[in-house]
Formats: sequence, C-alpha cells, structure tokens
Amino acid sequence: MKIIVCVKQVPDTNEVRINQETGTLIRDGVPSIINPDDKNAIEGALALKDIHGGHVTVLSMGPPQAKEALKEALAMGADEAVLLSDRAFAGSDTWATSTILAAAIEAIGGYDIIFCGRQAIDGDTAQVGPETAEFLNIPQVTYAKHIKAVGDRVQITRYTEYGDYVIEAKMPLLLTAIKELNEPRFPSVRGIFKAYSTDDVKVWTLDDLKIDMTQIGLKGSPTNVFRSFVPVKEKNSLIIEGQNGKEKAAALINKLTDLKLV
Amino acid sequence: MNRAKVNQGNNLADYHDVWVIAEQNEGKIHPVTIELVGEGRKLADSLAKKLAVVVPGADAEDEARKLLHYNVDKVYYIKHPLLKDFSTEGYALSISELILEKQPEVVLLGATSIGRDIAPRIAGKVGTGLTADCTKLEVDGEDHKLLQTRPAFGGNLMATIVCPKNRPQMSTVRPGVMEKAAYHQEIHGKLEIFIPSLKEEEIRTVLIEKVKSDKKKVNLIDAKVIVSGGRGLKAPEGFALVRALAEKVNGEVGSSRACVDAGWIEHLHQVGQTGTTVRPDLYIACGISGAIQHLAGMSEAKYIVAINKDPNAPIFKVCDYGIVGDINEVIPAMIEAIDKNGSFEI
Ligand SMILES: Cc1cc2nc3c(=O)[nH]c(=O)nc-3n(C[C@H](O)[C@H](O)[C@H](O)COP(=O)(O)OP(=O)(O)OC[C@H]3O[C@@H](n4cnc5c(N)ncnc54)[C@H](O)[C@@H]3O)c2cc1C
Repeated sequence: MKIIVCVKQVPDTNEVRINQETGTLIRDGVPSIINPDDKNAIEGALALKDIHGGHVTVLSMGPPQAKEALKEALAMGADEAVLLSDRAFAGSDTWATSTILAAAIEAIGGYDIIFCGRQAIDGDTAQVGPETAEFLNIPQVTYAKHIKAVGDRVQITRYTEYGDYVIEAKMPLLLTAIKELNEPRFPSVRGIFKAYSTDDVKVWTLDDLKIDMTQIGLKGSPTNVFRSFVPVKEKNSLIIEGQNGKEKAAALINKLTDLKLV
Repeated sequence: MNRAKVNQGNNLADYHDVWVIAEQNEGKIHPVTIELVGEGRKLADSLAKKLAVVVPGADAEDEARKLLHYNVDKVYYIKHPLLKDFSTEGYALSISELILEKQPEVVLLGATSIGRDIAPRIAGKVGTGLTADCTKLEVDGEDHKLLQTRPAFGGNLMATIVCPKNRPQMSTVRPGVMEKAAYHQEIHGKLEIFIPSLKEEEIRTVLIEKVKSDKKKVNLIDAKVIVSGGRGLKAPEGFALVRALAEKVNGEVGSSRACVDAGWIEHLHQVGQTGTTVRPDLYIACGISGAIQHLAGMSEAKYIVAINKDPNAPIFKVCDYGIVGDINEVIPAMIEAIDKNGSFEI
C-alpha cells in the first residue's frame, strides 16, 4: 500500500503572542510543531503500513525550516520525505496550496491513499485536503475517526453532527484525520538516530513540478487578506463583593433574577 | 488533468444574487441554514440583489418549500434519487452544476462537518476562492466586495479575507454565530425544481451505515442558558455540581476542552474554537480560566458570569458579573439562593 501524508509545520498557537500595536504575530521564540491533526494522519498511515505493508511518504510545502517537521515524521517511521520549497509558492492560499500539493502528488504517482489532517491550527480552514482531492479527481472522506482497509477498498467511520457515517470507497482516495482516529506514536530511538544523522529529506522546487503558474503563489491565489486585527473583547465587568461565597452567590442570583435570566 | 481554474478574467458583473446552500438530514433542515438565511438577507439587501436557498435532496420538497417563509426570494430544490443520502461527490457535483448555470455572486454554507466537506470541492469545481469559518460578513459599499472576517491563529488574530477577481465569493460560516431569520406567515418567493445530470458512477463512495448515537442530544447552540465547567472542577464528579445548577436554571451543560481532554465529559459538550460556538442569553463559566480558544466560542453570549478562585483569571475580563471564590462553595449557594427566590414568588 502506497500512502502519501500531507503535513504542515505550524506555530504552536498556544504560545502565539500578538504585537498589540502592529497586529502582527510575534513569531520569535514560538516553537514550531507538526500540526496536531496531521500527526494523527501520519499515525493513521503508519498503522495501515504496520498491517498491510507498504510505503509512507510525507509531503510538506513550506520554508526550508519545515524540514524539521518532516524529520520528525521520518523518526516516527515514515519511509520518505519531500519538502516543496520555492519562492514562487509563497503567499499561497488554500487553492494555490492544493494546486501545488496535487502537482507533487502526481509527480510521486502510484498512490493508494492520500492522508491529510482535518485542519491546521494556524488557519483552521479544513480546505486543503478536499481541494487537493478535487484537483486529483479522487474521492474523499473527511473527519475520519476509524479506518480499515479490505482488499482494494477502505472502510471509514466519519464523524458528523448527526452521528457517525460508515463509508466505503475504492482506492485511490483522500482521507482527513481527526484527533479521535488514534494516538500518534512517539519516534523510536533508532528512528530519531536515523532521521537526524542523515539528511534524507528531498527538496523539490517549482522546476520539479508540472504546474500552471497562474494558479499558485500570492498572484494565483483567489483569496487574500484585506486586513487583520487583534480582537478586542474587554467588557465592563462587575466583580461581586461579599463577606463569603454565600453572600456573593445570593447577590449574583438577585441580579440575574432582575434581568429575568433565571 | 482537466480541472477548473481561477483568474480567468470573468466579467464580475455577470454574477447575481446571494445563495445559501441548505443542509438537511433525513428531511430536517439544520439550524445553521436559518442563520445563513438571516445573514444572507442582509447581504442581498445591501447588494440590492435577490436571496435564494438551495436544497439538495430526494424527498425534501416540503421542507424546501417551508424555507420560503423566511423572507426568501427563491428556493432551488435540487432533486435526484441519488441525493437521498449525503455523499461528497453527489452533493458537490449537483450544487456546482447549478452554480455554473445560474452564476450567483455570493454562496454561503454552514461550517459543519458536511459543509466543510463539500464547500472546497464546490469551489474547486467552479473555480473560485473560499473562506472558511467566517464569523462576520459585510459588503464593501464601493465595489461590492464581500468582506469575510474569521479568526486565525486560534483566535489570537482576526483576518478579513476578500476574493476580488473570482465569482461566486464563497464562505462557510460557523453555526451559532449569525442571527436566525424570522418566520413569516406570508411568502413572496417561488420554488424551482432543478434536476441535475448526476450519474451513479460519479459517486465513488458508498454510505454503508448511519450509526445512530443513543446518547442524549446535547443542544448547546439553541440553549438559552449554559453552565460550563472547567479544570477547576478538579474531577469528573465536579460535573454533578455543574449539572445541578444547569437543571435549576433550565440550561445545558458545557465544558472547556481541558475537561474533555481529561475524559471527564464528552466532546459534544465542548465550547470553543474546536468545540461549539454558542450565543446563549446567559453563560456561566465555573472554574474556567478563559483561554482565547474558549472565549472564541462563547464571547457572544448576552450575559457572561464567571466563577473562579483566581482574581487574575482572564475570564474576568470578558464577564459581565464575576465572583472570586471556590466553586464548591459558590455553586451550592447559588442553587440555594434560586430556591429561596423561587419561594418568594409563591
Ligand atoms: C488548537 C487549540 C484549540 C483549542 N480549542 C479549545 C476549545 O475549543 N475550547 C476550550 O475550552 N479550549 C480549547 N483549547 C484549550 C485552551 O487553550 C485551554 O487550555 C482550555 O480552555 C483550558 O481549560 P480550563 O479553563 O478548564 O482549564 P485551566 O486553564 O486549567 O483553568 C482552570 C481554572 O479553574 C480555576 N479554579 C481551580 N480550582 C477552582 C475552584 N475550586 N474554584 C473556582 N475556580 C477554580 C483556576 O483558577 C483556573 O482559572 C484549545 C487549545 C488549542 C491549542
């Protein structure tokens, strides 16, 4: 079974701070991590390989530093890593990113499953997986929480607000993973040694892909950021005073009763 | 590869009307559809265009017709036996076919697990940009650009996204954020049936089973009152206290992610960026610190009450009323006070 996992390196949004004056991100000192849902996708691919055998390629588009994320995936057990890095890719929105990923996946070729995380914690769009599937013209199942491969078919349990759906499809197809799918493994000591002692991450540029330049980068992206700002959420809060919890609670309930809220 | 492209120099003036793609399950319309209709009306009015709702289905004409009561100018009912159950390709293909034929200017979908599944495939088929999970939509007075505002970086930053050169302008919108359209007895719009050219082999997935969850439905979105517990509860048993208060005030039980991650309560109860967005009349946060990702899901509540023993907890910055104190003391005292107030009325 040949599986390609798309991963994104993201800033740990728990640690992100905003420069209140400029409304920009302070990236200094913010650790970069593999996007959490993508880690579930890597684990999903490795688990399928554990059962059925095969080959797992991890694929990422990003700046040269994103190699670190791919090395971590290699240490977890992926067989091959490809980084797509080129100035021409900068400023890509989800359309352009999916265009580039789809071109790279076609260049790798011969795949059975493409695996993505449901969404990335920096953008939270959940669009890159489905758009990539659209450009590759393959079926997709998103929000996958359970996966089983039988012969040339895959059976997926996918989350919906109405209860789970069990869906079956023939390979090749694209899946997006949610947290409930699995518990990502830790890299083994041997894996870490191998991944970090060699430089096995292949780096591809624009020249390695067959791509329509009008569909990528800042210029090719149909959407762009008009403005960004820091949300203001401060309110006139009233802290209720009192001798003890009982007094405060009674005062609060009186206020809520006056407002007809309780 | 034969695929749609963006930036093909299409004439933007050829695109009209604001569309809402309805979500229905077994003939029942998802509440987010009514929210989108409410928002879509405002956008259509400021663009001086019409508002249409698109309902794909096999046996949903009655439900589709009911949507005309929400001040809608047109309902397109996409009718096909293959649309009986949801499938990514069946829905995306037939909705795209209608979009390409009628050329709407704006298309809105709910940011549900279904809406977020098909919206990117529709954008991919018609060749346009898509903005996910919007919390605010406005029209730029000058050139009719749709200003699509959404949280980024876990709610630390808000970004306004535009799609200047391609049409339709497509967004998914978070459930629970926009105000629902009002129901009117009289209708003025029409229902039009559209038969898509869908073929069985175009749907490459098979729905084997819909697993009915026998769990009690948690309806945070429609709840008027929500009592939420956080890590301050200290143990799963802490939710007994939260539940008792919720019952007293006729509310639902919510939770921070910390408790969900700890396995104290199910994800269905989680409020926040990766949970449910809620806008109740009253939100009572018990032992919740007020992390930005939690605030992202509840800051639109009409009244926010915070109970926390740490006077510096960020939740106190967004609350209307705060009590600095121990929940184990304050919650039982609140229940007692409600009982007492209640007895006054008798
Ligand atoms: C990508 C991402 C997405 C996320 N999405 C969400 C989301 O959707 N929803 C969400 O909630 N979180 C989300 N989080 C997590 C969020 O950052 C916080 O970690 C989480 O909200 C904290 O939960 P908490 O307030 O219950 O716990 P804590 O931050 O630990 O706060 C517990 C509070 O309880 C108080 N306390 C303790 N004991 C008592 C007592 N006896 N009486 C009164 N008060 C007491 C403490 O003073 C403290 O303020 C997300 C994080 C990431 C990275």
